[in-house]
Amino acid sequence: MGAGHGHKLHYHGHSPVHRAPAHLKLVALLGFMLVVVATPRTWFPAFAVYLAVVVAVVGLSRVPASYLLKRMVVEVPFVVFAALMPFVATGPRVEVLGVPVSEAGLIAAWALVAKGTLGVLASLTLAATTEPRDLLLGLQRLRFPDQLVQIMGFMIRYLDVVTSEMQRMRVARESRGFDARSPKHWPVLARSAGALFVRSYERGERVHLAMLSRGYTGSLPRDGGR
Amino acid sequence: MSSPVLDVQGLAYAYPDGHQALYGVDLHVHRGERVALLGPNGAGKTTLVLHLNGILTAGRGRVAVSGLPVTKQNLTEVRRRVGIVFQDPDDQLFMPTVRDDVAFGPANLGLRGTALERRVLDALDKVGMADFVDRPPHHLSFGQRRRVAVATVLAMEPEILVLDEPSSNLDPASRRELAEILTGLDVTVLMVTHDLPYAFELCPRSVVLSDGVIEADGATYDVLTDDALMSAHRLELPYGFDPRTIVRPSSG
Repeated sequence: MGAGHGHKLHYHGHSPVHRAPAHLKLVALLGFMLVVVATPRTWFPAFAVYLAVVVAVVGLSRVPASYLLKRMVVEVPFVVFAALMPFVATGPRVEVLGVPVSEAGLIAAWALVAKGTLGVLASLTLAATTEPRDLLLGLQRLRFPDQLVQIMGFMIRYLDVVTSEMQRMRVARESRGFDARSPKHWPVLARSAGALFVRSYERGERVHLAMLSRGYTGSLPRDGGR
Repeated sequence: MSSPVLDVQGLAYAYPDGHQALYGVDLHVHRGERVALLGPNGAGKTTLVLHLNGILTAGRGRVAVSGLPVTKQNLTEVRRRVGIVFQDPDDQLFMPTVRDDVAFGPANLGLRGTALERRVLDALDKVGMADFVDRPPHHLSFGQRRRVAVATVLAMEPEILVLDEPSSNLDPASRRELAEILTGLDVTVLMVTHDLPYAFELCPRSVVLSDGVIEADGATYDVLTDDALMSAHRLELPYGFDPRTIVRPSSG
């Protein structure tokens, strides 16, 4: 069972960034990302400014840089893709370290990496400084559709439950000598996934029953009823 | 005596797939009673419980809570009066924090602001969980989650508390703590359980449901010591437990 506070992306703290209202942070993140994405890729100084802004916010939040850097590995697949672009793209060639690469590909790769990194870093900063519950309240205050907020809330609540159920199924499989090494074992994994889906679906029904039993009529109390 | 808190008459129910679960159940529970509902697996206990707050609708017969019939128009009030604590607390606790979860029921009843906050803290206080108000439910131990689940229902100030297997999966200390909490509450209790010593400890009266009918209704001591009745309905005392050798608790 999980221990400690908050979720895996949250870094507990009391900085001004932590205390800022969640809906303002959400709007700021969205605005920032729209500006970043809309910036032409060759305006190199602009990206330096954006990076400085994010780094300043991170500094203000007192979240350790190593904490964020470790979590930036989610970006790796995009970086790999970006690194391939200069080699596969067509058009005029330029020499980089003696290797001819596509100029258009190089620019595209730069844009992908720069915009992607800024986006991941800014989102991680939001996640590190905001409890999931506050994020949901922020979305609610921004008049985000109620149904979607509810669905996200359930996702946060039951992620751990479903994950631990998955772990237990894996342990039970392995305890009986199963080891998923070759593709011929995939059908077993598929059936496990199916069983997990059915179990989660049934849990959903039981949760719904429990909600109805406490007078649920279709909407969650706004701001937790306060 | 005033009208019973729980009044079930001739309740019959068949599931949509045709499986008949209840064949005419009669059950009356009066104010302040603690009643154990015993029976083997598949006896229809859960089906009966789901009728008490109108999740399932009676095929035949009727259910009334403090005189109010369980019908579509009365559902909100019925669900306030009947508080069901389900077996798996993970099904019952679905909000991001304990506070939000306990507030869910009363907020659905229209409570807001300080009245709601007071209701939440009162309910948590009754189960000894007031210090955990801002914690996410999935970070609590199983016993703590079960107690918060009880609080979520107490916050609605129900007239009858219905518990589905309250002692299941609890370690002995949590099981005893829950018993102390339940005996300390000033509320009518109907407890569905396989834990016969727990029923004996907490409930002066027991009802045996088997194959969709009430087979016995009487003092828990008499039910548990009726060997013929017990074996006829797949009820067994756990090894080493015999009500005859136990000095009855002073509160009857």
